[in-house]
Amino acid sequence: MSTEQIGVGGGVFDAPLQIGDRTLRSRLILGTGGFRRLETLAEAIRATRAELVTVALRRIDPSARGSLVDVLEECGVELLPNTAGCYTARDAVVTARLAREAFATDWVKLEVIGDERTLLPDAPELLLAAEELVGDGFTVLPYTNDDPILARRLEDVGCAAVMPLGSPIGSGMGIRNPYNIALIVERASVPVILDAGVGTASDAALAMELGCDGVLCASAIARAEDPVAMAHAIRAAVEAGRLARGAGRIPRRLYAEASSPSEGMADITPPTE
Amino acid sequence: MIVVNGEPRERDGATIAELLADLGVEERARGVAVAVNGEIVPRAEWVRQRVDAGDRVEALSAMQGG
Repeated sequence: MSTEQIGVGGGVFDAPLQIGDRTLRSRLILGTGGFRRLETLAEAIRATRAELVTVALRRIDPSARGSLVDVLEECGVELLPNTAGCYTARDAVVTARLAREAFATDWVKLEVIGDERTLLPDAPELLLAAEELVGDGFTVLPYTNDDPILARRLEDVGCAAVMPLGSPIGSGMGIRNPYNIALIVERASVPVILDAGVGTASDAALAMELGCDGVLCASAIARAEDPVAMAHAIRAAVEAGRLARGAGRIPRRLYAEASSPSEGMADITPPTE
Repeated sequence: MIVVNGEPRERDGATIAELLADLGVEERARGVAVAVNGEIVPRAEWVRQRVDAGDRVEALSAMQGG
């Protein structure tokens, strides 16, 4: 955990999320992939109150309608370019440098995947790319496995945050290994952003209850039947989970513990004849 | 013959800026990056750098993506 716990009491307050040199009031980062219309994307951005959104870099499509960059600028959000689709450290590094040229930002969501079917990160290539990009002055936010040791290695090479998956990208399977996410949180001294796997609001709330500093979410919002309504729901869930984490949950126990006093019970047994 | 975004084009000797104009992209457009044969061409070079026969040009821009 990189930021102080929230306080609740007279007024609810929260420390902003600090990643690298940037201070974010919103703990929800929005992925822009999957929205069918740019108008819906813009509405979803407003609903999430996200300040940082991801973009991909692809071949120019002369038939594309509307400018994504213009829409995002109108929304007043900062861009977090990704290296989605890269299978090697070399490709990811070149893509990050192209993105720096295109968007004038040295921030990158580093993705190096190992397999088309699962889109799971390729750990050795990811670590290589992270190290090289950090050395090149990038603020690196790696999309990583839910592996506490790999998260530590990424932090050690200078990543500004670690972004473990809850489950595979776009799977909507939620957080498959909450214990590993908790272990990553416990050890990390950079922000932990739950990335990938969120299917609905409760998954985002769980991520925050486990102590994540933020959530990155794309498909769960973009591909929902009503993306704007889901954007509201997930924004509220991130806030609720954050509050619950700060509030300190009760321990789990096997047996019941009465919440009404056992002392002072009325004697209402009928008299024996 | 050069190749732009995977498509062959008879544009030997054109500048990067001219190739972008072919794609309907203005020189000052935001969110655009270019690589020739895998090497990034900085924006400041777009009006100067010319492509030679056999060059592979990748002209990229922002797309929606998670």
